[in-house]
Amino acid sequence: MLQMVRNSLRGQEPKSFARSGSSTDGSDSSIAIRGVSKTFETGHGPIQALSSVDLNIQKGEFVSVIGPSGCGKSTLMMLVAGLDTPTSGTIHVGPRQIRGPNSDIGIVFQQDVLLDWRTALANVMLQCDIRKLDPVTSTTRAKELLKMVDLNDFHSAFPHELSGGMRQRVSICRALLHNPPLLVMDEPFGALDALTRDQLQVDLLRLWSDQKMTVMFITHSISEAVFLSDRIVVMSPRPGSIETIIQVDIERPRRLAVRDKPSFSHYVQQVTDIFKSLGVLKEDEL
Amino acid sequence: MSVDTASADAIKPRPAAIVSRRTFEPPYALITLIILIALWQLACLGGVPAFLLPAPYDIAKDLFSHAAYFVPHAWATMLVVILGFVASAAVGLPLAIALSYSRLLNKSLYPLIVGSQVVPKVAIAPLMLAWFGFGLTPKIAIVIAIAFFPVVINSVVGLRSTPPQMIYLAHSMGANLWQIFWRFCLPQALPSILAGMKMAAVLAVIGAVVGEFVGADAGLGYIILTASSNFDITRQFSAIILLSALGMVFFWLIEALEQKVIPWHVSIRAERRT
Repeated sequence: MLQMVRNSLRGQEPKSFARSGSSTDGSDSSIAIRGVSKTFETGHGPIQALSSVDLNIQKGEFVSVIGPSGCGKSTLMMLVAGLDTPTSGTIHVGPRQIRGPNSDIGIVFQQDVLLDWRTALANVMLQCDIRKLDPVTSTTRAKELLKMVDLNDFHSAFPHELSGGMRQRVSICRALLHNPPLLVMDEPFGALDALTRDQLQVDLLRLWSDQKMTVMFITHSISEAVFLSDRIVVMSPRPGSIETIIQVDIERPRRLAVRDKPSFSHYVQQVTDIFKSLGVLKEDEL
Repeated sequence: MSVDTASADAIKPRPAAIVSRRTFEPPYALITLIILIALWQLACLGGVPAFLLPAPYDIAKDLFSHAAYFVPHAWATMLVVILGFVASAAVGLPLAIALSYSRLLNKSLYPLIVGSQVVPKVAIAPLMLAWFGFGLTPKIAIVIAIAFFPVVINSVVGLRSTPPQMIYLAHSMGANLWQIFWRFCLPQALPSILAGMKMAAVLAVIGAVVGEFVGADAGLGYIILTASSNFDITRQFSAIILLSALGMVFFWLIEALEQKVIPWHVSIRAERRT
């Protein structure tokens, strides 16, 4: 593992902490993905995960990337985060081309990856410790964020004392502490039960409308993508490429009840039909 | 309110619950031990000859009436155990860190370290004597040879157990190599490192006795050797009991350290619950 750390640090460009997490204003957080392909070398020969992907994401936009397992949607997120490098093509976040780990982002994985030895508050404050931010303003902000996701009473709780949903909320707060202009999330609610998942979706939309960051959200749930997104990027099976992009014109702020509306079902049906035509979803004719 | 309210409420009375559960815990192991000693005493009263198995009462009498004789020997052994253990940790932990950071070291050295464990440590004890002469040094060398292995292996396993996502997360925060080690990998590895140290603590006592068997003029191992040549089986038992007590106290000390350092780890929490 540590060897992996070192190897991936080698390609790292000098990092700028100039923005020191005080504000997102003035920083361009649009994403421009140009002709990006990614091929993994494996023991069974090369596997192409992504094939010439082009995508623009506007500043402040909430974009979901949806596709079948193995379509390379997580790989795409890793490339945007600078945690992996594309075989060909370029990725720009704002004016800057991504060549090494992109530290101007917040990141959330399917696993909450909380540090077991830190309390909820201290886990959020990890950003402050690593980035050497001002502890006083960071603490205030950490408490604000925890309050927004209903964890006001759990500052001093350790991860093992929290439920799965609470842990993931702490990890979202941690990703937002430094006011990142871009939040990337890799199936963040995939391991949660349906009810908790609904709650976290509502929490995420609240945070997003408050913080105004750009969100790139990887999911395999169609209704989750429709409920959250401005646009849905639908990906085809391996080698992953963008099949189509769907603009979701459902009024905001969205409440859970929006899922019962015909327009919502229309979008869900639209994505479902694409997956059927791709052969990802199959059903018998009645 | 959130959907997690139910589980949140369940958490709140936690401290009180733990205290009450801990208060009514009978010392089962201690009771078993007392019963076994009583049976042993009965067997001796029932006719097992004293030159084969001395009665617990006679051992206790020997220990207490000759305390002044035992104390300096026990101290000599303790010194070897402590110094040897500290040296094992001081050699083992940095070695483990080097092994987990350097692919070259890992490939060229790790298999040899694992393979070296087929060499019986007792067999190389006389060598140590030849190399380091009498005194503390050869004994500490033997303790290191026996005890450093679990420290290295467990620490390497621990340092490799950091989940990949945790490293990704660290990179996305712009963490440098030092921060990744200090803030993520080392704390993550602590449970394994301490487990290795617990094994090393017990092995250190064994190493000390082996060292004293081979060449010593003091220590509990030396008492056992001389008592054996005098056919004094009670004295041998006294020394064995002292050695066991020494090992046990040492083990407990590391466990207490564990409770202090990694109270958040699942093994410690499970212990509290039972």
